[in-house]
Parts: sequence; structure tokens; C-alpha cells
Amino acid sequence: MQPVGAVVPLRVDIAEKTFRSAQGVSIAALQDLSFEVRQGEFACLLGPSGCGKTTTLRILLGLDKDFSGSFQLPEGGSNRIAAVFQEPILLPWRTVEQNVRLALPKSLRAKNLDGLFDTLGLAGMRSLYPAELSLGLARRAALARAFATEPAVLFLDEPFASLDERTAERLRHLLLTVWSARPTTALMVTHNLREALMLSDRIIVLAQRPAHVLGMFDVRLPRQYRNPQVMSDLLRSFHQKFPGVA
Amino acid sequence: MTAPDTGDRPPGAAADISSQSGVAAALTPVLTVAVSLLGLCLLWGLAANAWPSRAFPGPGRVWQVLLAEAANGDLFYHLGATLGRVAAAYVVAMVIGSVIGVLLGSHRSADRFFSPWLVLFLNIPALVVIVLAYIWFGLNEAAAIGAVAVNKIPNVVVTMREGARALDPNYAEMAAIYRFGLLDRIRHVLLPQLQPYLAAASRSGIALIWKIVLVVELLGRSNGVGFQIYLYFQLFDVAAILAYTLAFVAVMLVIELLLVQPIERHATRWRRRPA
Repeated sequence: MQPVGAVVPLRVDIAEKTFRSAQGVSIAALQDLSFEVRQGEFACLLGPSGCGKTTTLRILLGLDKDFSGSFQLPEGGSNRIAAVFQEPILLPWRTVEQNVRLALPKSLRAKNLDGLFDTLGLAGMRSLYPAELSLGLARRAALARAFATEPAVLFLDEPFASLDERTAERLRHLLLTVWSARPTTALMVTHNLREALMLSDRIIVLAQRPAHVLGMFDVRLPRQYRNPQVMSDLLRSFHQKFPGVA
Repeated sequence: MTAPDTGDRPPGAAADISSQSGVAAALTPVLTVAVSLLGLCLLWGLAANAWPSRAFPGPGRVWQVLLAEAANGDLFYHLGATLGRVAAAYVVAMVIGSVIGVLLGSHRSADRFFSPWLVLFLNIPALVVIVLAYIWFGLNEAAAIGAVAVNKIPNVVVTMREGARALDPNYAEMAAIYRFGLLDRIRHVLLPQLQPYLAAASRSGIALIWKIVLVVELLGRSNGVGFQIYLYFQLFDVAAILAYTLAFVAVMLVIELLLVQPIERHATRWRRRPA
């Protein structure tokens, strides 16, 4: 649809990010972190807890401007970004549908969302308030909000954390269904290797704090072929390439 | 709520009983209030009978004055004038106080600088503000309403500052990522979070404002409940003073029941109902 040359991938080049505590102690969170996510690719940032994954995401979302370095978001298309956080962060005083529509630009406010709500199993819950939803359903509403905006790039920050494994698994499949229908450049932060192998085209492996890229792990196999047998092969080859990670 | 089928009773009967007890449960608080107020009137009547005096009329005499004042239209004219001033001062105080409060609550350095000013204004007596307003701006409506608002603004600022400090940054970040417009941010993100604080400021505000409005009217206006009370004070007509006071209290009660409580119910409809 777009000329190849005009499409810039997500390019990250953060030289340094340091936190200063109130006592004046400085902690280096990120150091020489650079990677790229290609157009239409689903990438995962994988690293141990507390290594600075969420910090990276906050910088890319424009919420943290106190760092040295640069990054480039995909241009063309809507050039909007969307995010799904660890918590759903829905406005509790607005219904599920209002929450989704408020995130849309004015020109798209009235657009038909039936298909999206149906896919995510939220069709009957559009008029409920977030307090009336389970955590799993609230996460789905947050996914609906993110995909409804048709973003140029989608950021996901451990969107399935603190769910029981069955609910998380179902949500991962839902995410794949929605994503395959609307392929979007996506960057997901996770510390769950299985989740990363199941969802992504490529895994960006981060080292302990201060975070930098240890290496890349490409999963070229189409997602429908990633059955349990293949997954355990993938796991084995991942552990061969990155011993001691995850 | 569906009653389990017990078999020996038609299903409608259980529903009837529960709806009757529902009506009774809804009426009990109203009845309690009515009985309580009636008891107070009774006590007042007995006391007035025990110590008969022109300065201490019974409820019957006050009621007669109230009817007379209502019949010749004076009551409604003066109630309307006072109510208008209360409404105007309330709106001015809430808007200005909320804006200042939210700004102070979200900017620490501004808060530190203006905190002493706030303490100063909180402690200036209402009377001083009113007298100065009349001297500086003349005996006019704007000075009267402005003086009342200035008395109330520091209280609103203090409450709304607490509200702004309690704002959840997650919602603001979400709104920034999804590029909410300014009006959407105020209407859908900021105001709903501040709603409990707005309600608290309103509640304490209306009661305070109407008392100050009476002083303003007494000192420099030629209509309103305050002016009438001053008039009847000079005539030592206690029955009329009480008639005007109680009439206005009744008006405020109706406003609370018909306006404030429904608005609050609407604003908190999203909270999970108690099971």
C-alpha cells in the first residue's frame, strides 16, 4: 500500500538513562540500548525482571523525556501510537465502549466497532463499567481500545501479567487473532519466554541492568505451526543461543 | 433476586411480600425524619407556652407570619433575591477556587509560594472582606457577590488542592498516549477524579455561603432574607425573623434533596453497588 522507502521502522538508539534517587544515588537503567523493529513485525523485548524493559517502553511512549539518545517511530499511516499497560487503565467512570471511543481521533469516534468487540468476546459488555468486569475482561477492553485506534505502532507492557495461566493463554490467542486481522508493528515487553516464542517474529534479548541488547532471536515459523512440539524445539534452541537467560 | 420455588406458594406471593417490605424500608427514613421534626416543633410549642413572650413565639405564630408574607409575595421576592446571590457566589467561588486549587495541587513550588497567602485569606473574617468590598467597590451587587465568593474561595482551594494531589498519573499518561483533546481530558479524566472533592467543597460551601450572604444583605443591600431579618430585628419581630430563616432553610433542604443528591447519584453511578 505504501512505497517501501517511505516506511520507517521503529528505530531505538538510547545512549543512557539514569535514575537519581532522592539521596543522590544514581542507578544506570539503560546503557547503549539500540534495536530496530521492522514494519509490520511483532517484536518482544525479553529480559529479567527489573532490567529496564518498562523504562524503555516509557521512553518510547514519550512519558519519560529525561534520557540521552534518540528513537524514531514509524511514519506514514495514522502515525498514532497505542499502548496496553500492565494494568488495564480504563476510566472507571466510563463504560467499556466509551473507553474505547474516547481513545479514537474525533473523525473516527462514530466508527463501527462491532467486529472488534465480537472478536474479543466483548459484544455483550459494551455498556458495562470497568468495575463490573473481571481482570481478564478488562484486559480485553484495553486491547480493544489499542486496536481500535489503528496505531502505526502498538506497545504492550506485560499485558497478561497477574492473570491465571489459562486466562492468559486464551488472551494470547485473542491477541493473535486480532493482530493477524490488522497486522501492526508491535513491541511487547515480557519476562515470559514461552509467551515471547508463541507471539513474536523476533525476540530482542536484554541483559541485566543496565539494559543493553544481548542478541536477537528470530522466530521465522508462521504462528499456526507453533505447536507444543515445535515450541519445545524453539525453547531448546533459544537456550543454546542464550545460556543462562530466562 | 429470584426466590427459590418452595412449591406450596404461588411464585407471585413471595414477590409481593418482598416489594411491600421494600416500600416500607424506603419509607422508614422519611418517617423517622418527619417524626423527629414534629417532636422538635412540639418541644418548641411547649416551651413557648411555658414562657409566653413576644420575643419567643410558638410555631403556630411563626407559621401565620409565614403564610401572611407568602400571601403578599414578599417572602418569595426576598427568598428569590437571596437564592440568586447564593447561586452566583457559589458558581464564582467553585470555578475560581477549583482552578486555583488544581494548579496549586499539581505544582509543588507554586504551592509552597502561595501557601502563606492561603492561610492569610482563610483567616480574614468574613465581615472584614464584606466591609472592604463595599468601601472599595460601592454598595452594589457585584461587590456583594464578590465578597461572598472571596470568603469561600480559600476553602474550595484547600479541598481541591487535596483532590489534585490525589490524581492518578496513570490516567493522565493514558490520555497523553491516546492524544485526548484538552476538553476531553477535563471532562472525562480530570473532573470525574475530582468529583468527590467537588462534592465535599459544594456541601460545605452552600451552607457557608448562604450564611455569609445574609450578612452581606444586612450590611448593604435593600432586599433578600438578610435585609428582611435586619428590618424585623429593628421592630423586634421575632416571629418574622424565624419565619424567614425557616423558609430559607426549607429551600436549602429541597435543593439538597432534589438537586444535590440526584446529581451525586448520577456522578457515582459507575461505582460498584453494594451487594
